[in-house]
Amino acid sequence: MGAALRTEYRKLVTTRLWWILLLAMVGYMAFLSAIMAWGVTSGGGMAGAGEGSDDLALPPDAVVRAVYTIAVTFGYVFPLVVGALSVASEFRHQTITPTLLAEPRRSVVVGAKVLSGGALGLVFGVVGTAAAAGAGALVLLALGKPTFLDHGSTWQTLALSAAALALWAVAGVGFGAVLPNQVAVVVVVLAFTQFVEPVLRFVLAFTSWGEDVAKLLPGAAGEAMSGGSFYSESGLVELLEPWQGAVVLAAYGLGLAVIGRFTTFRRDIT
Amino acid sequence: MATTTPLPSHDRVLAVSHLSKSFGPVRAVDDLTFEVQPGRVTGFLGPNGAGKTTTLRMLLGLVRPTSGTATIGGRPYHRLTRPLRTVGAALEASSFHPGRTALDHLRTYAPQVGVPDARAGEVLELVGLGGAADRRVGGFSLGMRQRLALATTLLGDPPVLLLDEPANGLDPEGIRWLRVFLRTLAAEGRTVLVSSHVLSEVEQTVDDVVIIARGRLVHASPLADLVRLARPQVHVASPDAAGLATLVARAGWVRADGGGSAAHEVDLVDVDAAAVGAAAFAAGLELHELSTRNPGLEGLFLDMVATPTAPTHPEVAA
Repeated sequence: MGAALRTEYRKLVTTRLWWILLLAMVGYMAFLSAIMAWGVTSGGGMAGAGEGSDDLALPPDAVVRAVYTIAVTFGYVFPLVVGALSVASEFRHQTITPTLLAEPRRSVVVGAKVLSGGALGLVFGVVGTAAAAGAGALVLLALGKPTFLDHGSTWQTLALSAAALALWAVAGVGFGAVLPNQVAVVVVVLAFTQFVEPVLRFVLAFTSWGEDVAKLLPGAAGEAMSGGSFYSESGLVELLEPWQGAVVLAAYGLGLAVIGRFTTFRRDIT
Repeated sequence: MATTTPLPSHDRVLAVSHLSKSFGPVRAVDDLTFEVQPGRVTGFLGPNGAGKTTTLRMLLGLVRPTSGTATIGGRPYHRLTRPLRTVGAALEASSFHPGRTALDHLRTYAPQVGVPDARAGEVLELVGLGGAADRRVGGFSLGMRQRLALATTLLGDPPVLLLDEPANGLDPEGIRWLRVFLRTLAAEGRTVLVSSHVLSEVEQTVDDVVIIARGRLVHASPLADLVRLARPQVHVASPDAAGLATLVARAGWVRADGGGSAAHEVDLVDVDAAAVGAAAFAAGLELHELSTRNPGLEGLFLDMVATPTAPTHPEVAA
């Protein structure tokens, strides 16, 4: 397993995809959280425009949680895609053949991909969260608002946000294992996370039973894990407890990986 | 070359036994049995679609046989510990991520082979790609990819090599290089199996041949035995087509094309030129041409894989 992990690690870092996506994530997260920090504090439309000049729609600690968790709320698609492509690109470029020649035990291959995907996901989590929190805190500071960076709970939120993004990469590996077609998996992952889940969460919130279902969607689970999000702090949705969110998100990743092991990874490689 | 892993030679024997594989209704490999011996280069021959690649993939545990076994040193591939130390296989010249450099490609697998990273540079030099180590594989020619695929198989210095159409895309100089390289590897005691759909491509390289067609074994023997099977033909030309046909019929000669109609020129098998000349002289038939022609191995090979016949020499398969 050690050798398989080192090989998977090298596969991930010897192509350009990972740092291109990481740079994109940093830029996107910093931009979003800067906008958000300004928006939710300065009444830029989100704080109930018209009611008052400088009214805070959210209490200060909720503001920072909404801002600092931008990465886990909107940026999870980056580790998700990296994880998915770590499997799908092997099938796209037929490197699955040398991969399985080097390690014919296919469960070991899938396991190594899950672990290495999670490790790279943690890098995305730490860097993406740092970008979001850094840009957000700078804007809050510039506006003279509290940053809450001296609170332990803030750092816990940040750490859990990074961990949730690592689990998103694992979920990506799972998606890739179930759907190893590179184009298909990217389209499905983007469509689900950017369109299907947000719509589902919105629609389900109207029904009495739907809210309980909505909490179990992967995006909601990821937000729950970090202890809150822009959505929950705005009162739009309810979330699970952080540990429950972690369990649900991990279950998506590992469950999909197991399904992939007994579908994609059981087939003949021709 | 580095030293060969000192495996007992029976651990290097490839054995395929009653191996079959169906893809839906298509019988890709059908009750195939043969062995490949160490210290020799074996040509695994057949037309495209004969089942060569499927057989190799079953030997390598990538494709699950419908029935039968395919083993390396008596063990299926997935039971080998550190398989890349035992078997080096190059199945196609396209199993590379185009964005990875040649050196990174090799270094990626080095931990699983259990060799230091420096070995990656060594094998690149060995196949003549030392100058392209830091270039992305996406820009490689087919010939360079073939060399990189070969370098990958050599990472673990394995005693068994399986190469699928390794000469594809090589220029004549590259083919000559490959020939010497494979001979050297076999001389070191390794088992070398090389597939090809053109016998002439490997004719000067191989010691043994295994020929399959439509998934079935057609012939397996040392190359020398195959050469003996390639019967010479006698080419006869006469201005008197009817007389020639009569002579051929009376003598009971067999025409290479199997025909019986009158023609000005015929090719005869299983007879030598002297006998034909004597008979024509005795019959008073005017001849304009009388010569021995060797159709060569390629002709024999094409005949073997074209007509659905039983294996010619199944007993030499072992």
